[in-house]
Amino acid sequence: MTTATDYETVIGLEVHAQLLTRSKMFCGCPTAFGGAPNSQTCPVCQGMPGVLPVINRRAIEFAIRSALALHCTINAGCRFARKHYFYPDMPKNFQISQYEEPLAVEGRLEVAADGTPRRIGIQRLHMEEDVGKLIHEGTLETARASLVDFNRSGIPLMEIVSKPDVRSPEEAAAYLRALRAILLYLGVCDGNMEEGSFRCDANISLRPRGAPDYGVKVEIKNMNSFKNVQRALEFEARRQAKALAAGERIVQETRLWEADKGYTLSMRSKEYAHDYRYFPEPDLVPLKVEQRWVDQLRTTLPELPVARRQRFVSQYGLPAHAAELLTQSRALADYYEAAVREYPKPKIVSNWVLSELLRELPGDDEAAIARCPIPPRNLARLLALIDDGTISGKIAKDVFEKMYRSGEDAETIVKREGLVQVADAGALAAVVDQVLAGNPPAVEDWKKGKKQSLGFLVGQVMKATQGKANPAIVNQILLERLPKQS
Amino acid sequence: MPTISELGARYRSGEATPTRVVETYFQRIETLDPQVRAYVTLTRESALARAEAAEKRLKAGNPRGPLDGVPLAIKDVICTKGVRTTCSSKILENFVPPYDATVMMRLSAAGAVMLGKTNMDEFAMGSSTENSAFFPTRNPWDLARVPGGSSGGSAAAVAAGLAAGALGSDTGGSIRQPAAFCGTVGVKPTYGRVSRYGLVAFASSLDQIGPFAADVRGAALLLQAIAGHDPLDSTSTDVPVPDYTAALGGGIQGLRVGIPSEYFTEGMDPEVEKAVSTAIEVLKSLGAKTEKVSLPTTNYALAAYYLIAPAEASSNLARYDGVKYGYRAPGGKDLIQMYGRTRAEGFGPEVKRRIMLGTYALSAGYYEAYYGKAQRVRTLVRRDFQQAFERVDVLACPTAPNVAFKLGEKEDPLQMYLCDVFTIPVNLAGLPGLSLPCGFTQSGLPIGLQLIGKPFDESTLLSAAYAFEQATPWHARAPALQ
Amino acid sequence: MAQAKITQAEVEHVARLARLDLSEPEKERMRSQLDAILTYIDKLRQLNTEGVEATPHAIPMVNVMREDEVRPCLPAGEMLANAPEREGDFFRVPKIIEE
Repeated sequence: MTTATDYETVIGLEVHAQLLTRSKMFCGCPTAFGGAPNSQTCPVCQGMPGVLPVINRRAIEFAIRSALALHCTINAGCRFARKHYFYPDMPKNFQISQYEEPLAVEGRLEVAADGTPRRIGIQRLHMEEDVGKLIHEGTLETARASLVDFNRSGIPLMEIVSKPDVRSPEEAAAYLRALRAILLYLGVCDGNMEEGSFRCDANISLRPRGAPDYGVKVEIKNMNSFKNVQRALEFEARRQAKALAAGERIVQETRLWEADKGYTLSMRSKEYAHDYRYFPEPDLVPLKVEQRWVDQLRTTLPELPVARRQRFVSQYGLPAHAAELLTQSRALADYYEAAVREYPKPKIVSNWVLSELLRELPGDDEAAIARCPIPPRNLARLLALIDDGTISGKIAKDVFEKMYRSGEDAETIVKREGLVQVADAGALAAVVDQVLAGNPPAVEDWKKGKKQSLGFLVGQVMKATQGKANPAIVNQILLERLPKQS
Repeated sequence: MPTISELGARYRSGEATPTRVVETYFQRIETLDPQVRAYVTLTRESALARAEAAEKRLKAGNPRGPLDGVPLAIKDVICTKGVRTTCSSKILENFVPPYDATVMMRLSAAGAVMLGKTNMDEFAMGSSTENSAFFPTRNPWDLARVPGGSSGGSAAAVAAGLAAGALGSDTGGSIRQPAAFCGTVGVKPTYGRVSRYGLVAFASSLDQIGPFAADVRGAALLLQAIAGHDPLDSTSTDVPVPDYTAALGGGIQGLRVGIPSEYFTEGMDPEVEKAVSTAIEVLKSLGAKTEKVSLPTTNYALAAYYLIAPAEASSNLARYDGVKYGYRAPGGKDLIQMYGRTRAEGFGPEVKRRIMLGTYALSAGYYEAYYGKAQRVRTLVRRDFQQAFERVDVLACPTAPNVAFKLGEKEDPLQMYLCDVFTIPVNLAGLPGLSLPCGFTQSGLPIGLQLIGKPFDESTLLSAAYAFEQATPWHARAPALQ
Repeated sequence: MAQAKITQAEVEHVARLARLDLSEPEKERMRSQLDAILTYIDKLRQLNTEGVEATPHAIPMVNVMREDEVRPCLPAGEMLANAPEREGDFFRVPKIIEE
């Protein structure tokens, strides 16, 4: 073989999203992040002898809403099942999950990694409970012991499994962004990848382009940001292509992404076939998802990202790219629309939000927007101050920064710092006279027909007024006072 | 010893007081329990405190009801806050639950007094109480014999007068069979009638908590206190709980009693067959109409049970791993070693056998052939009963094919399993079942009559049992223990 | 003699799944006992269950749920009181190795 084979990358993604319920999946313990170890547990979520689970209705409703948003078929009946394996973070040594009868199947998500929209199939969406957290004394390999905290145990998770329809690492990242945006819009997940409330594992395989069968797939874990997902998959695609080119066989295994080192590492587990021994959870009765319930939940769905993006283009006349950026997060889109309601010049608001606001904000998620020191109304008022000539656009940017630092509104800052634009022709005429008197060469140039002199002189007036002069008026006065050009 | 209702009457008349009665029970326990060995833990201090509180309420003229101040024994499979709950297993020998089972909350609210926790087959797996990791319990009627199981400690405590009543759990006959062996009344309620919250799970789809008492009225009073919907148990139903004692004494004129022919098999003890046949004649003489019915899947129920129950058990018992509570084997150098040793040392042979059987039945490649098949057979068992109950109100049959056997007599696990052949189908179908004394063998061993009812129709069972009890002398006999 | 229902290797596999360290004599005893029980259970094959649905729950019920309300937790001290080994408010387990 001399010609290099052209490989197609085949990726499937498995997302675990923590649901934003107040209490856990099967007990009343709170779901808050970051409590002291084992301070948010009870006999149920610690799997004590004799305890029984009871399903959290809101968790099911969140999952149904998600399934609707992903155009899934919601099964009329679903059931929980026990998945068995021994691990110390799992208090019962089985996880209550769903197996043969998941909540929903056969959905889709539209993504556009390179501008052309593609549909990625959703294979299934099911509910399960989270496990506890392990802290290793040292690394997993060198630890002599590990510590277990069950606070997270029993927090409701939704598992969303895509079909192997993703064809590139960029598309994988785009899929995850789009999925996260939907969950954020629905308000069912906070999407925080670092805290683990939105987790992703990936299956990746290569096959010669055009081949009908899938290659041997490798599972990648430990990717805690979109960037890492993309990097890990890019690395893994290269690794597999290299191995295949060298005539090696790909081993079906799980590999961990080492973000610091930039490579994936085999977990080296002897591939001792997992035998999860699923069977229907006898402590829970089946769920019958009646059409009425689904219909009622459907009415609670908010406008979703794709629809909102399209509306932003048609209603506000925004370019597609700006509409996309503004609608990635429901909170940001809400912010934008609130500002537009107060200051109905959508393109100007869009420019300010995308350039000035996003530069300052730590993120575009709900928490970041909620903590944003400039409420939409204040942004609108700032923009109105430019329009009515109170401040210049340049000053406005400084005022914006000051508003972000202090949380004060624009008027307060402008007034206190004396930034009000000087538009009084009388006051400006005096400054213009001074400038003309102090710059005879420029006046001479002007007389000789050098038009650039006007710009220079305007600049001198602006400088003398610390930028507060209204440039249009300055221009007008200068033209009145300058001698005729010869 | 007085029955529960007699105790209540004496309390109200002032003839007896809870503290004196509880003291008397502890004295009896001190004298007799070294022979019977019904208890694994005694809770003397808290019992006396509760008795005192009950006494105050009685004196003030506002008792909490018919169980106020009544001393009870609780099977050690029911979680009791602050009192160790061992399931008679080494792996839970020192486990102290931080919470109370729902039935314990209800008994406390009713003013009942727990004397202690009773011995059982480890994790309720067995039919003789010989599988206790601590010691076997003896049958009060013959100390060389077993009390039955797995709730042998509770049955023996009631039979020996070491408690006025008791709670047990029944997964395949674990209340009814020891009730029969010990000559007491035992009720396995409809699945979902009594909350399982706090009952250490053996086989979740089969387990139910139920009462033991010396007479039917006592059993009815206890069931009344523990029955009813519990939001903490998703499988507990909100079917209203009737007044069980109200139905007693109404007679059984016209009651349609089905006699399942499959429950009178060749291998059964002829003395059992004779006593049960005589009992059926008694029911007829009281006005019941009997008719033969057929439950054709009976012969397969035991086999289905020995897949379903172990499968669920293997899952329920996975949590005992030396991490959160209970025994941890010393010296494991890594987690896998610790797990393997802890569970090998912590569980007894019968529990291990069932864990193995259940793990096997659920494992890849076998699930459909074993577990799946068994769940389909279970449907057939249910249908058998449904069809029979279209024609009759209750079924009457032996509780067990044999009477109490000698300790060590049944070494072969399968022979032990066969003891439950008449009780298991009832659990598979989720029906209520009751055992009450219907005679004695020549050698003086009790024989049990089993009544099986429609779902949530414990009332009919209790009223039929009460009519029978009133017409026969068996419940009045007591073992001669000294 | 009929073919064994369960082999020694299967017993070992199942024991590993169930995390039970069985001694050699225990393994053989277990094998023969399980074999006898499985032989008995084999009688289920005589029953035709085609088209018969399974009964996972004896009493049919659906849609039992609770409202999403926070209930008090138990203090860590109580939850850890039974721990065989702890460190602060953590449970402590020996070195984790993957099998």
